[in-house]
Amino acid sequence: MSLLLDVLSWGLLSLGGVFVFIGGLGAVRMPDLYTRMHAASLTDTIGSILIIVGVMLQAGASLATLKLIMILIFLLLTSPTATNALASAALISGNLPKVATQYGKDPSQ
Amino acid sequence: MTVFFGVFLLTLLLIVAIAIVRADNLFVAVMLGGIFSLLMATIFFLLDAPDVALTEAAVGAGISTVLYLAALALTAEREKRHTVHQIKALVVVTTTALLVIFATFDNVQFGDPTAPVHVHVGPWYLENTQRYMDIPNVVTAILGSFRGYDTLGELFVVFTAGIGVLFLLGTRPKKDTEAAETLIPQQSETSEGLRNYLIPRLTGRLLVPIILLFGLYVQFHGEYSPGGGFQAGAIIAAGIILYALLEGETAALRVVPQWMLMALMAGGALLYGMVGVVGMLLGGQFLDYSVLADNPVTGQQLGILLIELGVGMTVSGVLLSIFHAFAARDKY
Amino acid sequence: MDWLGVYYYWAFAALLMIGFYAVIAKSNLIKKLIGLSMFQSAVFLLYITMGKIDDGTAPIYHEGISQQIFSNPLPQVLILTAIVVGISTVALGLGIIVRIQEEYGSIEEHEILGIDER
Repeated sequence: MSLLLDVLSWGLLSLGGVFVFIGGLGAVRMPDLYTRMHAASLTDTIGSILIIVGVMLQAGASLATLKLIMILIFLLLTSPTATNALASAALISGNLPKVATQYGKDPSQ
Repeated sequence: MTVFFGVFLLTLLLIVAIAIVRADNLFVAVMLGGIFSLLMATIFFLLDAPDVALTEAAVGAGISTVLYLAALALTAEREKRHTVHQIKALVVVTTTALLVIFATFDNVQFGDPTAPVHVHVGPWYLENTQRYMDIPNVVTAILGSFRGYDTLGELFVVFTAGIGVLFLLGTRPKKDTEAAETLIPQQSETSEGLRNYLIPRLTGRLLVPIILLFGLYVQFHGEYSPGGGFQAGAIIAAGIILYALLEGETAALRVVPQWMLMALMAGGALLYGMVGVVGMLLGGQFLDYSVLADNPVTGQQLGILLIELGVGMTVSGVLLSIFHAFAARDKY
Repeated sequence: MDWLGVYYYWAFAALLMIGFYAVIAKSNLIKKLIGLSMFQSAVFLLYITMGKIDDGTAPIYHEGISQQIFSNPLPQVLILTAIVVGISTVALGLGIIVRIQEEYGSIEEHEILGIDER
């Protein structure tokens, strides 16, 4: 039983790591701010869920798991909000998506 | 294994540090500074210092970023490329770095339990904390009681720095007093915070009470887990600064008015000193908490609780006053 | 010689010097202040590194577990207070920089020196 839990939790942890790595790759390789943010924020959310669930399996039913659940809720609330705030701030300050500037369109109109 | 993590994080830290120095845009440098602090906090945690990590995360990534941004808003965002002594500086820096690195070969080995640092007072604190005050967190015990004088001094440094910032920025520039009336409507426009941005505002409103509650937990649970007055003060200040960013300056000042900030600043330092004086009046030494209750151990616990409260009050009061002093100043 | 452990000291040296470089070579006062706080962080790192003991844990007692190795709590206490004092002094420095900007209209060292010479 404990072996199964270990395997499961390591699987989750590595999968989470892979997602976060892909997110980092996307943040470097994507062409403009919005696509970069898109890559980083989505993978970050799924990555943090997987990693925290993996750690929870290691911690077992204890106070630590409760704290991890709270951390997870906190992350799930804050990181999309931060992404939203960042994107709208970028749009307001006049940073247009590459697609819009390429085809000569202004999305604010 | 942890050493590998450490090397990885330290390398990242150095890369970020170089990026900060090279950044032309000060805004970018400040944002990277936040990342720098978080990396630093993680490294502190790896080195078995959760108390320090908590402080660094709350202070470095939270409050110092906000203060730098406030200062940037009042000055210039871009750095002008002008480095006169570049070559000379590089030579000096490289030589000194090589000297320091050369010296590290004579340093004690990393993690060696017989190093000189670990033979003197440290073990005594670890052995006797349980006997004298019976609280699990040795860091809090040393901070509050064994080295209470130090902490009192540090607290007064924080207090003095707060007074200094208020002296520097608390007064309005002369020019503005004449035009003050015309400035008021303009100011209320800028001090609205994020009122028009629904998603950050809603999430932020949800988070502010949780942050404040967590701050109180860190404050009063500091004897049993990582935490204490310094961390709690920083976290509570960060929570109220978040409120100020969301709802605007004036709303935050309505919740925690100026007189209350002053009372917190002075009251905390006063409370700390009073605990010492009360100990003297009861026949002990200054800052000797054993006489505060019938049982010396209970007295120590009571003393630590009170002085941690004083520390938390002063730190949050000073940090908030500094923030308001920066935020209330218009671009000049 | 434990090379991986020595890396902590080297990182301290490098960080110290990166901060120092920003202080002496950059002309912008805010950049200088950032460099100064980086210098400070390097010192914090050295202290905490010194306090670490092999196989140690955070110096907090847990019920039911006896005979633990704890890392040295004393450097942690010193640095914990130093961090908060550090932010207060940085705030004071920023306050002075804001006042300099208001008086001189610039936060570049060479421009300020130029104004003073006139």
